[in-house]
Amino acid sequence: MTEITLRSWLLAEIPGSRLQARCQWAFINWLAFKRNPVALIGLLIILGLVAVAALAPWITTSNGLELHLSERLQPPSSEHWFGTDELGRDIYDRIIWGSRITLYIVALVSIIVVPIGLVIGIVAGYMGGWVDTCLMRLTDIFLAFPRLILAMALVATLGRGLENAVLAIALTTWSPFARIARAEALTIRNSEFILAARVQGVSTIGILFRHVTPLCMSSVTVRLTLDMAGIILTAAGLGFLGLGAQPPTPEWGAMISLGRQYLIDQWWVPTVPGIAILVVSLGFNLLGDGLRDVFDPKSGS
Amino acid sequence: MVQTLETPLLSVEDLHVTYDTPTGLVRAVSGVSFELGREKLGIVGESGSGKSQTGRAILGLTAAGGEVRARRMEFEGTDLLTADQPTMRRVRGAGISMIMQDPKYSLNPVMTVGAQIEEAFLIHSKSSKRVAHERTLEMLRAVKIREPQRVYKAYPHEVSGGMGQRIMIAMMMIPEPNIIIADEPTSALDVTVQLQVLAVLDDMIAERRMGLIFISHDLNLIASFCDRILIMYGGKIMEQCTADNLHQAQHPYTRGLLNCLPRLDGGQSELSVLKRDPAWLETTGMAE
Repeated sequence: MTEITLRSWLLAEIPGSRLQARCQWAFINWLAFKRNPVALIGLLIILGLVAVAALAPWITTSNGLELHLSERLQPPSSEHWFGTDELGRDIYDRIIWGSRITLYIVALVSIIVVPIGLVIGIVAGYMGGWVDTCLMRLTDIFLAFPRLILAMALVATLGRGLENAVLAIALTTWSPFARIARAEALTIRNSEFILAARVQGVSTIGILFRHVTPLCMSSVTVRLTLDMAGIILTAAGLGFLGLGAQPPTPEWGAMISLGRQYLIDQWWVPTVPGIAILVVSLGFNLLGDGLRDVFDPKSGS
Repeated sequence: MVQTLETPLLSVEDLHVTYDTPTGLVRAVSGVSFELGREKLGIVGESGSGKSQTGRAILGLTAAGGEVRARRMEFEGTDLLTADQPTMRRVRGAGISMIMQDPKYSLNPVMTVGAQIEEAFLIHSKSSKRVAHERTLEMLRAVKIREPQRVYKAYPHEVSGGMGQRIMIAMMMIPEPNIIIADEPTSALDVTVQLQVLAVLDDMIAERRMGLIFISHDLNLIASFCDRILIMYGGKIMEQCTADNLHQAQHPYTRGLLNCLPRLDGGQSELSVLKRDPAWLETTGMAE
C-alpha cells in the first residue's frame, strides 16, 4: 500500500493536486487513444517523420544536393539504400532532407490557415445577418474550386517557388476551417455565458476572442490533423507540376516528377518518394481519426 | 419604504417589448412602469409573464427581432433608449448588472473562475493585473468562498452549483454596479443552497446600498426577501404592494397565485387551480 507507482498515481480516484489532475486527464486520454492500434501507427509515423527531420544531419552521408555523375541511377544497394537518381544523388539522403521540407510546408500552412479560418468563421457565426452571408458566400467560392487547380492558378500568378506554393495552399485550405468555426460560433453565441459577458459590458471583440475562440479550438485542431494529408498531397502535386519547390531542392513531389521518365527501367527513382508521400499522408490521416475519436465529445462512447 | 423617497436610480415608464414573429406580433411586455431606488424590488409572475424580458430590456439585451419602446427609461440620468453602444457598455456591468439563472450555463466553461471575475473588473477600471487579482480574491472571500486561492484557478465545472452562483454574484458585483437584476438566481439550486446564496446576495446589497430587481416565480421567497413586489401577468403589472402586505393583496390574479401554494397549516385536500380572466389584460392593473 505504501508503494506508489506511477500508474496508481495517474489513476488515483481523487487527484491530490491540479498538476496530478491534468496528468490524469492526459493519461486517460492516452489510454483511450492507445486502444486504437491504427491511430497508434499514425502517431508513430508522424513521430518518426519529426525524428528523421530533426536528426537529418546525423543520419545522412550527404546533403542530397551534390552530384556524382559516375554513380547515376544505381539500384538500391548497401551503399545507397534507395539507389541514386539521374544525377547520382543518394535518394535516401534526399528523402530524409525532403522530410524537413514537408514539415516546413505543413507547419507554415497551419500557421496561416488556422487564424484566417477562425477569424472569418467566428465573426460570421457570431455576427449573423449580412456579415454572415457575405463571409460565408466568400467561403463557398473557395470551397467550390478544385483545390489543386486554384492553387496552380495562384502559383502561376505569384510565381514559382516553395513560399508561393505554401501561400497558394493556405489560400485554398482555410475555407473548411471557417465553416467549422462558424458552426461552433453559432451554437456558442446563444449560450448564457455569452449573455453574461455582454451584461458585464464586454465588447464584441472581447467576446469573440476571449470567449468564443477557445471553445472552437478543439474541433479546429482535429480538422487540421485530418487536413494535413491533403496539404501534403497538394504540395507534392504542385512540386510534381514544377510549381512548388524548385530543383535541386529535395522536395518529394518534385523528385517524383524528375524521376518519372525512369519509371520503367529504374523504378526506384520515382517510387521511393512516392512511398514517402503515401506513408506520411496516411500517418496524418490515421492520427487525425484517432484524435477525433478521443477529443470529439459528440461521438464519445 | 423610506428609500423610495430619494430620487430613483432607475425609472421605467410605459415599457413595451414586442417580437415580430411569423405568426404575428408577440407582446412580451406591454406598458410596464416602475421606479427603483436603493431597495429590493421583487417581480413575480408565471412563465411568459414578461418579467425576464423587462430585465433584459433595461440592459438593452433584448434578443434579435425584439423591439423595445417606452415613454421613458432612465438610469441615473442616462437615457437607456437612445444611448449608443459604448455608453450602453459602460452602463452594463458598472451601472446595472444581472445575475443569471443557472451557473452551469452562465460561466464560460473554458475560462478559469478567476479570469472571468478579473475580466469583469478590468473592463470597467484602468487597474493593473495585480490589483485585479487582489480584488478578485477579496471578492471571492466576500461571497464566502473558503479557499479563494484554489477556486481562483478552478474551472466552472469543478465547482458546485451553489459555489457557481456565488462566483456569478462576485463576477457581477466586482465592477460595483448600482443596480443588480437577479433573474431567478436560485431556481437552479436546491433549497438549502438557495438560502446560502440569498444570504450572500442580501449581505452584499445591504453593504453596498444597491438597488435590486429580483425576478422569480416563488411568491414566498420574494415576500421574505424583497421590500416591494410587482406582480406581472401577460406582460402587464397586475398589482404592486409591499412585501409585508402581499397576503392582503386585492387583485384576483395575486389571490389566485397565493391560493395555488400549498400551506402546512392549510386544511385543503386539493390545491386550487388558477383561473385566468382575459379582462385582466384589458384594464391595466395599476397604470391608471
